Amino acid sequence: MTMHVELTEETLGKVLAKAFGNRSFLIGFAIALLVAAVALLSFIWTPYDVTKLVIADKTQAPSAAHWFGTDHFGRDILSMIMVGARNSIAVALVAVGIGMGAGVPLGAFAAARGGLADEALMRVNDLVFAFPALLSAIMITAIFGPGAVNAIIAIGIFNIPVFARVARAGALAIWPREFILAARAAGKGMTQITVEHILPNIATLLLVQGTIQFALGILAEAGLSYVGLGAQPPMPSWGRMLFDAQTRMVTVPWMALFPGMAIVVTVLGLNLLGDGIADILDPRSRRQR
Amino acid sequence: MSLLEIENLSLTIGEMPILKGVDLSIAPGEVIGLVGESGSGKSMTALTIMRLLPHLARAGGRVSFDGIDILGASEDQMCALRGDDIGMVFQEPMTALNPVKTIGEQVAEGIRWHTKAGRAEAEERARKMLDRVGLPEAKFPLSRYPHELSGGQRQRVVIAIACALKPKLLIADEPTTALDVVLQAQILDLLRDLVRENRMGLLLISHDLAVVTEMADRLTILRQGEVMEAGDTARTLSEQLHSYTRELALASMHVPARPKTHLTGSAKPLLEVESVSRDYPGRRKFLFRSAEPIRAVDDVSLTIEPAQSVALVGRSGCGKSTLARMILALDRPTAGAIRFRGETITGKAEVELKPARRDMQVVFQDPYGSFDPRQKVEKLVAEPLHLLEKQPARAERRDMVAHALHEVGLGPRDMDKYPHEFSGGQRQRLSIARAIITRPKLVVADEPVSSLDVSIRAQILDLFAELNQKLGIAYLFITHDLTVARAMSDEVLVMHEGKIVERGRTRDVLDNPRSEAAQTLVAAAPDLHRAIARRMQEQG
Repeated sequence: MTMHVELTEETLGKVLAKAFGNRSFLIGFAIALLVAAVALLSFIWTPYDVTKLVIADKTQAPSAAHWFGTDHFGRDILSMIMVGARNSIAVALVAVGIGMGAGVPLGAFAAARGGLADEALMRVNDLVFAFPALLSAIMITAIFGPGAVNAIIAIGIFNIPVFARVARAGALAIWPREFILAARAAGKGMTQITVEHILPNIATLLLVQGTIQFALGILAEAGLSYVGLGAQPPMPSWGRMLFDAQTRMVTVPWMALFPGMAIVVTVLGLNLLGDGIADILDPRSRRQR
Repeated sequence: MSLLEIENLSLTIGEMPILKGVDLSIAPGEVIGLVGESGSGKSMTALTIMRLLPHLARAGGRVSFDGIDILGASEDQMCALRGDDIGMVFQEPMTALNPVKTIGEQVAEGIRWHTKAGRAEAEERARKMLDRVGLPEAKFPLSRYPHELSGGQRQRVVIAIACALKPKLLIADEPTTALDVVLQAQILDLLRDLVRENRMGLLLISHDLAVVTEMADRLTILRQGEVMEAGDTARTLSEQLHSYTRELALASMHVPARPKTHLTGSAKPLLEVESVSRDYPGRRKFLFRSAEPIRAVDDVSLTIEPAQSVALVGRSGCGKSTLARMILALDRPTAGAIRFRGETITGKAEVELKPARRDMQVVFQDPYGSFDPRQKVEKLVAEPLHLLEKQPARAERRDMVAHALHEVGLGPRDMDKYPHEFSGGQRQRLSIARAIITRPKLVVADEPVSSLDVSIRAQILDLFAELNQKLGIAYLFITHDLTVARAMSDEVLVMHEGKIVERGRTRDVLDNPRSEAAQTLVAAAPDLHRAIARRMQEQG
């Protein structure tokens, strides 16, 4: 008797039931939801105005009035983190979008076409991959000038090869299957097969990679603003806040502590979310507990 | 005193009963056949003996092996038994071996573990064992990796591992199902010899009644976890006292009723294949030297008339499937031409192929792999409708799908299901529905029944025969199973190493094969009638 490991289509109810039984998914999902909610809230309300400098209140320790304390200009750190979340999410989201939007078609095309086209595309891919992402992002922003938009483009470009690789690897595993052969016998072309059969079957893979790249995007944005190439003041950003805190680590530790924690918690949450999604949707990674 | 004694064995996994009151015994040197269709509990019985059951499985009853109570034994005791006194051979030689270890290491591993023998001694014993199973060191050094061997050779390695320590009991779970008939005969011979040499007990698990009849002294027939009938092989099968035994025997010899061939003779051939060859790039030995190509199909010519049913038989790797792909224009020949309804299809662009594709469809072997798991039946079966000049409206499309489903014996309600909701046989029906929805003139079927249970197989063969008659579809059956060829085809083509070596009327070729390749195939093919007759004769 053979045991078939197969991708079975499951009803939404079953998937949800499994999702709520998965601890890493629940924790990750809760954190992601919290960060997103905080970012959204910052559009309509923050405890204090982050553009107003109140020198009289500078470097105050956490208190009932300022939960996370204030920075060297007297701005409320909680408010800054809230607005910074908006910035981090926007940059990471668009960067992942760019990476998926360009990378997935490239990878799927390479897998479908094979041969020389595949080889050429993948070698160019390797070339981009070979540069340390952050370093190249610095290069791009150095040439085109610092700012949130250029940071997005820089991070996005380095997401392309990641998605191209994942899409290609996933698609290569689907192409030799018999249902693809059946579709070809039904006269369907490369593009149609890719859209109808390949993409739905690698969607899980891309979703998981997406959450991981999202987390990496947030890290990369923090890195870029830390070196002053991300969002420009007065727009607060997590990386910039860390930079400002650097020289005051000993005297005003909360200036470093809270933005640092925001980054760590968000990245951790997204990684847990990705892990959880992979577990839920992939029958092969289901562990016995 | 029997070697293995199973009494009133029951097994549940979770809430589901898997085995109900199974009795079985094996004496030293005896071959017991365990027969049943998928889901009957054959493999679970084997896994119970090895105590390799999945979590949540609860076994009751008594299993004693050589005086040891298996169900009550500790895990350490079981570890000592497994691979030493009880060996096991699995169905799939591709996955039963570790791809990153050499065959020598894999055979020696068990020897070292169980006997605490030194590296050199274990290697020496591994060498002897591999030689015994027909892999002499001169031709197959111990340093070979599994991927360097063919399927049959790999199965020999698996047998060498299982028998290296001269087990008292060998459990072989569908050991030849993944192999072609010639390899199957060789592996069965090897197993038979090993049983005789070592007075080993053999539990042979198979869905193939003919194979079991050739091998087993006694057999046990399982159905849905219950023993239907058990006893002496020859007597059980010749008397067929139990209705299920009779059903199984009938199904495995089933020949669908087909009217005499309606060959007009004068009609223009539907398909003409003219000296077609296909080369694949071989393995490159040096970086800058281009590799010697491997010729998969070598100068093959054939014709198929409208409504004719032709079987293409041959051993695995002989180029059957490559030829089929070229006929379906899924692969391009290196040389030669293929004409379908008088029009050349080789080298044409996909757009120009549309009319030909509409009249030419395919049914694949694996009913699990041939459907996109993420689409519903309606969309899957309707896929070839894409080839029509005018795309039908949604309602019309649903009608056409419903009609095609009806023709293969499924209902319109099945349209909104996903493929995993169907059994293997039903999926093969879906596959056929997909193939006939455009009313093709030719259907190429690549081993369409070889992964199905015998009773399902008989139904699917009937369906093929019925559609041939009703819709006038010509078939090209690709198979290594001669019973399928005999049951379904007007003509047989025998393929060997990329060439067609024999062609003729089905009965002529299969009863009096002239080429050596055909003779080998015919001699190796298991045949239930013949096997029963031989058993009866042996027993007098």
